[in-house]
Formats: sequence, structure tokens, C-alpha cells
Amino acid sequence: MNTIQVKIEGRLYDVDASLSILEAARSVGYSIPSLCYWNGGHNSLASCRVCLVEVASAQGSRLVASCVYPVAWVGADKGFEIKISSPKAIEARRTSVELLLSNHSKDCQTCVKNGNCELLNVAKITGAKDNRFPGEKSKATYDDCAPGIVRDTSKCILCGRCVERCKEAQGIGILGFEARGFETFVGPAANRSFATSPCIQCGQCVNVCPTGALSEKREIDLVDEAFRQGKYVIVQTAPAVRAALAEEFGNKIGTVNATGRMVAALHRLGFYRVFDTNFGADLTIMEEATELLHRMKGEGVLPQITSCSPGWINFAEYFYPEILPHVSTCKSPHEMEGAIIKSYFAKTHNIDPKDIFVVSVMPCTAKKGEAKRPQNAANGGLPDVDAVLTTRELALMIKRSGILFNELPEEEFDQDLLGEYSGAGVIFGVTGGVMEAALRTAYHALTGKEYGPIDFKEVRGLESIKEASLDIDGTIVKVAVASGMKDAKKLLDEVKAGTSPYAFIEIMGCPGGCINGGGQPFVKPTLQPEEGANVLKEYRQKRANILYTIDEKMTLRQSHNNKDIIALYENFLGSPCSELAEELLHTSYVSNREKFPNLK
Amino acid sequence: MKIKSEVAADVRKICASYANEPSPLMMVLSAIQKKYGYIPLEVQEVVSQEMNIPVAEIYGVVTFYGFFSLNPKGKYVVNVCLGTACYVKNSQTLLDKVCEVLEVKPGETTEDGLFTVDAVRCIGACALAPAMMINGQVYPRLTPAQIPEIIDSYRKKEEA
Repeated sequence: MNTIQVKIEGRLYDVDASLSILEAARSVGYSIPSLCYWNGGHNSLASCRVCLVEVASAQGSRLVASCVYPVAWVGADKGFEIKISSPKAIEARRTSVELLLSNHSKDCQTCVKNGNCELLNVAKITGAKDNRFPGEKSKATYDDCAPGIVRDTSKCILCGRCVERCKEAQGIGILGFEARGFETFVGPAANRSFATSPCIQCGQCVNVCPTGALSEKREIDLVDEAFRQGKYVIVQTAPAVRAALAEEFGNKIGTVNATGRMVAALHRLGFYRVFDTNFGADLTIMEEATELLHRMKGEGVLPQITSCSPGWINFAEYFYPEILPHVSTCKSPHEMEGAIIKSYFAKTHNIDPKDIFVVSVMPCTAKKGEAKRPQNAANGGLPDVDAVLTTRELALMIKRSGILFNELPEEEFDQDLLGEYSGAGVIFGVTGGVMEAALRTAYHALTGKEYGPIDFKEVRGLESIKEASLDIDGTIVKVAVASGMKDAKKLLDEVKAGTSPYAFIEIMGCPGGCINGGGQPFVKPTLQPEEGANVLKEYRQKRANILYTIDEKMTLRQSHNNKDIIALYENFLGSPCSELAEELLHTSYVSNREKFPNLK
Repeated sequence: MKIKSEVAADVRKICASYANEPSPLMMVLSAIQKKYGYIPLEVQEVVSQEMNIPVAEIYGVVTFYGFFSLNPKGKYVVNVCLGTACYVKNSQTLLDKVCEVLEVKPGETTEDGLFTVDAVRCIGACALAPAMMINGQVYPRLTPAQIPEIIDSYRKKEEA
């Protein structure tokens, strides 16, 4: 590391010469307010001007955007001094924020980002005075036509974080800067709705948006209404939710396995049954591993690709319709669980499935759209899942009811037909987890015995692409795992060209898997200084560790040993991929290419 | 909306012809604009696929530069200069008059497809301010009173 000596506020420091002023100042204990800066400078358009500092020398002084200005240009040896708290710098930052506010809707009390708003935070820090620049505002767009994500440009500050996220992390680029000057907006081409653009609804843009311009489409009202109607409101929670929910209640990232308290909170919210989507995950593994073995025997095409991530399914239907026959026909775990609740559970308890309302708590915005697919309505057209809440929405419900989350006792999921779950189900929430869970069961199916070490560590880790070659009693199975659509393309192009060497591929829409889903608690370094400067590099691993630790501590580690799953097949479904299982647990996909008739 | 397959094929050909340029998007869009007079979203989708650039980004470029147009332009494009020199010489009144005579707003095209009115920033004729340009022909030192006659002369040309 090359260091350089800089003078900040009259004191000399040795800092990494490759950093920007903002980053160098951060390394010696200053947090300069910023908005468009994100993720170690991956997005540094310097568009918001909130991070202005004064650079003074004998030649005079000027204001520079510290997020992009290289510290190497203002070394102390050249006579420069960086002033963060000079009256000129403080006033400049305040004016920048006031200018942003002058074109902002400012309906803070009704805003979904109330409490998580970075604009409000910098307004507080810089002492921005409201309405210093009243006047005309840009024409705004409010788009809530898509199932998962809402766009409200009256709150957009044109920072470009979402543009960078969609293009660079996901390789899609739905969002762009459109038009010019006062009319500039961030949105899909031609200001179309997300519903009519090839947006996969992954919600990564929502996670990085500093304001309420992008948010999940809330479904809490649907749940309230179901309670009002006296329905049997049954809730299930995805594995990744427990890895992050506690963050919403002031706990540091990766420190609390929220499972027990989450269940306690759901009991207190009055749900008729509180189930774990891990049961659905175990069921998915039974079906998906069986499907894989069928394909390996020549019934269907290889590689088989996982189908748990609805963001990925949307991506495939828009951009890779040719490879849809490779995608497992298995519904995602919560859809399977919903279908079983409305059939097996309803029948056993003699409840009319029409009176059941299934709520899924998911780390995901795309799940909201998945639940509305007509293909996911197995029981006489009843949707398998009636409402999908994100992790953030659940936290809001808990807070709304005055439940003191951190003081709750640990409670168990309801043991009622769908109660048991395995460690294999838990790790679904992290990239590589579905693959590992499937391999544990596929190994058993192929060899008749359990895989000794249990863990398939080859497919763990947060790299965007992983591959492994596994020797299962003489059968070599090549597998690959990808998360984030940008890098998944490499694997998908091979499948499309017919050159893919793999038998089984796991794909998750979000980088790192569901632990980093678009519905998870926000990770905002400027709002969570206690998490440290490297939080954006570390949070995914910290959340993943929670899930791997839960798996490790469980005695039941394989889906096929789940007693409730075994009973479900014995008493109801027959065998994996039976006719009834196909009807309830499998789905179909459609190409969305016809929406773009001009493409080849 | 589906565009004609020969247009799509032609657009692909234009994209291919600039494939070796270091930064070809502007050249491709310029070529399409010159040849067809406008670049609708459907054409941008084809360019997006050919060049592997998100359509949102292409739309951003098309809507940033005044040279590109999303809609077909009229046979005669009336560019009223609102650059600094013309503006201080009251060119806004010229623009208002043109719009009044043609019954359109800036950026719009008359129903008969003959005229498109655009407000532009500097046509490089500052010494002749306030100025207006129709299909490359510069009209210098104008007053609003002269506008109807000029427009009429194009209408007469069409009738002839």
C-alpha cells in the first residue's frame, strides 16, 4: 500500500494513497455526509454534492466532491489542507441538501423509508433548512403496477445507486438516467412501468435507494383484512428471514439467530399456525432431487437448473426463454408449502381451503409476483400463497403491535403435520445451499446411504460462481452454483449453446442468495455507524454464518429424514413426482419474449 | 409494436457497421437519426440487443441530446434559436409566434406532417440574432411579424 501524508483539519495523517478524500477521511475517523457514494465508491457519480469539502492551499481554496477526489492530488507535501468543518464546507454541504430537498416531495411521515431515509439523515446532520428554495418541481411518476416494487420519482434524488446496482450487479440495466436537465428522471426506458419492462423484481435497487423513491409493494393490509374476515391465517417464514430480522430491532448484523423470537412474535400477532418454510424446502429437495435423477436417467434435459428464486425465474422468462426446459418444474418452497397447507393440512383438519389465508414472510420482493402467478394455484384455482411480506414488513407489523422483540422468549414452530424441518432446508437461504441440500439427498438416493461428512463444502462461499465435481459412488456429478444475474449469464450461455458440462446448476437472483434479498433489512453504513466501515463487504457472510450455524447444530440434517415429510408422502402424496405431487408441487414457465417482438 | 422486419434488419446492419469503433453508440444513433429522421423505442430495443447496451441507457442518450428525436419530424424543421444572443434579442417572441401560426407546441409536429417546431440552443448565428433556421436555411434578425409570411412561403411551395 502506497501511503501519502495529508493534512485534515490542521493535523497530519498517513493514509492509503489510492483512496478518495472521503475514504481517507473515513480511515482516520471522519464520516463525511454523502448520498450517491456507495459500496466503496462503486457508485461515485458525484451527482449529489453532499460530500463537499474545502481543499485549501496557498493558491486559495475550492470545494471538491470528496467521494471522487483522489487524496493523492491533495498531499500535504504540495501544501494542501483538507477542511471538513470550515464554515465554507459546512454551508456548501447544507446548500446541496437544501437543493435536493427543493425537488423532493417531503411527505416523510407516510414514507415507507421513514426511519431508514438517508436524505433525512443528511438533512439532520447538515442542518438543512426546509423550503429554502421553493419553486417548481419536476414532473413525477408513481408506478405501483408491478407486483413487487414501487417507484416514486417525487422522492428520487438522481444519485444513480439503483442504476449502478441493476446494471453492474445484476447485468440487467432496467433503470437509467433519462431526459435532460430539470426533466431528468431515473426509470425504465420511455418511463415505462416495471410491469411492462423486463424487470425481474429482485429488489436490489430498493436495497440501495437512499430515499423512498424505490420500495417494496406492501401487503400488510391484505393480512389485516384476512384477520378481519376471520380466516385461518397461517404464516410461514423463509430461512433467510431469521438471519436478518433481529437487525430491524437494533441488533448488530450476524449476532442474533432470530428464529425463536420471530416465532414468538408471530404467535403474539395471532396467526393460527406458525410454520417454517424449511418444511417446504425439504419437500422441494425431495421433488427436485427425484426430478434430477429422472433427468440423469434420460427423462428430460440436463443440466437441471433450480427454480427456488423467482427473480431468476423472471430473468429466464425474459432473457433466456430457450433454456426453460432445463429449469426444474418444482415450485419454490413457500409455494409448495402453501399448496400442502390448502390440501393435506386442510383435509386433515377438515377446514375448507377457501377459509385459509397463507402468508409467506420472505426476504424477497419477487416472491410477491410469484404468488400471483396463475400456475401457482394448485387447489382448484386458489392461490397457494395469499400474501407475501418482506422481512421489513414483518418487522413493521411487530413494531406496530407493540411487541418488544428483544424481550421475547424463544418459541418453537407449531408441530402440526408440517412442523419438522432439516438443516438442509435452513441453508436454502444462502447461495450454494439448495445445491448442498439436494446433494445430501441425491447421494442417499443414488447410494442408499448417507454422505459421511454431511457438508458439501465445495459449493459454499459467497463467490458469484462456484463449481464442483462430486464422486457419488463412482458416478461423477458436475455441478455449478451462481448468484446474481450478471455472473449467472456465463453459465446460462453455456446451457443455451449446449456446451454446459454440468448436471445440476443452482441459480439465485440476488448476489449471495436470499440472505441478501430485496426484502431484507437495509444495510446503510451512514445510518449504522456501529457496524463499522466494512459493513458492505461483510454483511452477507455474517448473515450466511447464522444459517450454517443453525444447520450444524441440528440433528436432522437431510431432507429425506424429515419425519413429517415421510408421513406426508405415506399418507397423502404417495411418492416424489407422483401424479398428485406433480399437480400440487410442480409448475410451468412461459417465455416473455413475445413482449419484445423486435428482438431476435 | 412490431417494426417492419426490413427496418430491423437495416438497423442491425447499421450496428454491425460500427462494431469495431471504440465507442459506437453515438455513431449508430446518428446514422439511424439521419436515415429515418427519428429513433423510436422499438428501434432502440434492436440497437440494445445488437450492442449489448441496456435500452434504458440508450433511451437516456436519445433523450439527452437534442439532435435525436423519438418521434418522426415534419418535412420542414423550424429551429428557433433560444441561445443566449438570440434570447436577449427576444427570440422567445419568435418561438411563440411560430407556435401560434402552426398551432403546435415546441417539439411537436403539425397534423399535416409538414412542420416540426423545435427550440434550440444556439445555431451559431449569434451575429444575426435573433435567428431561426428552417431545414438549414437561416433567417436572420427576425421580428414576429415576419413569421407568417415565411411559413406561408413553405406552404405555397408545397401546393405548387
